[in-house]
Amino acid sequence: MGVTLLFLTSGLFLGWSLGSNDAANVWGTAVGTRMVKFKQAALICSIFIILGAVVSGAGASHTLGKLGAIGALAGAFTVAFSAALSVYLMTRLALPVSTTQAIVGAIVGWNLFSGTGINGAALAKVMGTWVFSPVLTAFFAFVLYFLVVFILKHVKVHLIRLDGYTRLLLLLAGAFGSYSLGANNIGNVMGVFIKSAASAFPTFNLGSFFTFGGVQQLFLLGGLAIAVGVYTYSKRVMMTVGADIFKLSPVTAFIVVLSSSIVLFLFASQGLKNFLVGHNLPSFPLVPVSSSQSIVGGVIGIGLAKGGHNLNLRILGKISLGWIATPLIGAVVAFVSLFIVQNVFGQVVY
Amino acid sequence: MNLFFQRARKIEGNIDKYLDNITKAILTFDQGIKEFFNGNIDLFEEKYKEASKLESDSDELRRDIKYTLYRDLLIPDARGDVLGLLETLDDVIDIIEEVLREFSIEKPATLGDYKEDFLSLSEKSVKSAQELVSASRAFFRDITNVHDFITQVHYWEHEADKVEERIKRNAFGPDGREKLSEKVQVRYFAERISLLADTAEDVAERLDVYTIKRSI
Repeated sequence: MGVTLLFLTSGLFLGWSLGSNDAANVWGTAVGTRMVKFKQAALICSIFIILGAVVSGAGASHTLGKLGAIGALAGAFTVAFSAALSVYLMTRLALPVSTTQAIVGAIVGWNLFSGTGINGAALAKVMGTWVFSPVLTAFFAFVLYFLVVFILKHVKVHLIRLDGYTRLLLLLAGAFGSYSLGANNIGNVMGVFIKSAASAFPTFNLGSFFTFGGVQQLFLLGGLAIAVGVYTYSKRVMMTVGADIFKLSPVTAFIVVLSSSIVLFLFASQGLKNFLVGHNLPSFPLVPVSSSQSIVGGVIGIGLAKGGHNLNLRILGKISLGWIATPLIGAVVAFVSLFIVQNVFGQVVY
Repeated sequence: MNLFFQRARKIEGNIDKYLDNITKAILTFDQGIKEFFNGNIDLFEEKYKEASKLESDSDELRRDIKYTLYRDLLIPDARGDVLGLLETLDDVIDIIEEVLREFSIEKPATLGDYKEDFLSLSEKSVKSAQELVSASRAFFRDITNVHDFITQVHYWEHEADKVEERIKRNAFGPDGREKLSEKVQVRYFAERISLLADTAEDVAERLDVYTIKRSI
């Protein structure tokens, strides 16, 4: 158990990185426009990320497991560590990066190092969402923008009261977004450990209706690590997202967060997928998507709805560069790290 | 959150009261000028006192709104604009009080020859200021209509300018007053009354910018 926990530290480090970065995707606009206090955001964010991870984290993690079924604990440790290091490096540059791309890059690095074949179908599924999720968020934001404009035109709320409603909606959307983030992205943090570490945890049964198994305990640990990341490092990135990328009003901030949260939830919820399939509706694959890409998609959707004049394309370009650089860095760092861990420390990595 | 909405109701009430005060001050100005030109000096003085009282009440309300907005951290994104609007609206009420005070001190007898023009000038300046108050109310509750009211502020200011010019040309023209001091007094009071419309226009221009910033 002690050795397992030691090897899990890299996953916890990755969780911390995710908390410091991706929480900003959900709360950056709200905190950046000073509608929600950072302390308030951090508390709600932490609680709902942990809930999302423990309750609904399994679906998207499963897809990531297909990409690289890492059976050796040291290998999982190194892959998670490499991804975390990549995210940390990007965070130091104050770029909102994608943990999804870092971990996928690192897993591909492990595939290349171990000589195991890359699961093309799973990789295509994950990479497809990299393109599809921001487009879908942009679409939701575009539609919601006109809906909100229509409502405000007819309801005629006083400016002061609108401020109150907006804060309340930002808190609700933030809580929903945090839950979706936890559910969708816990796979990035703990997914690589499921095969090698989950069995080391005991299973607790509360009566006959609730079982708290190894995977859920793993996700709880990951969720706690994310919460620590939120509290210790996310404020700076929140300010970048909220203030620099696009001048968002509090109401548009709500639209962006809600759109992104819906998209993350669509790609994470097993219950929703079952419901859609059960009613013969098109469903979404349960895949960890990049909340960074999603939020930028939402910002673009708003920009397009407003006529596309206010977009800061230079900063958007800079972020897009991070999207390409992160998986590449992840793959290279993983390959080199696996070599070192195997040959210098004599560990079995695959 | 309940506490928030209680506070919101209070501050909304104060903003409404503040705008009501400005409306009352504009109507008081309108009545005061009419009483002056109709020779009812006692009634005019009453209106002047009413305007002074409204001016000091408005200052108090404005301070209270400002304090509450900052203390309760309300509308962080629009706070500066709202306070800017309320402060410049205060200029309108200040001008009203100032012009009536000058009428009260000087009691200019020379203006009688231009009574109709002065009443017309006052009416147009008052309309400009009233449209400004409507624009300000719309800014808080119905932002899509602000622009329509601002257009009317500009229209009435322009009309007031025309009457102001006519009064000046008449006073300084061949059929005007004989003494330079009288001509200057006519010009001075025409400019003072017209200043109400000019100030309304200045505030309307700022309000236009605040409105663009507030559109989501």
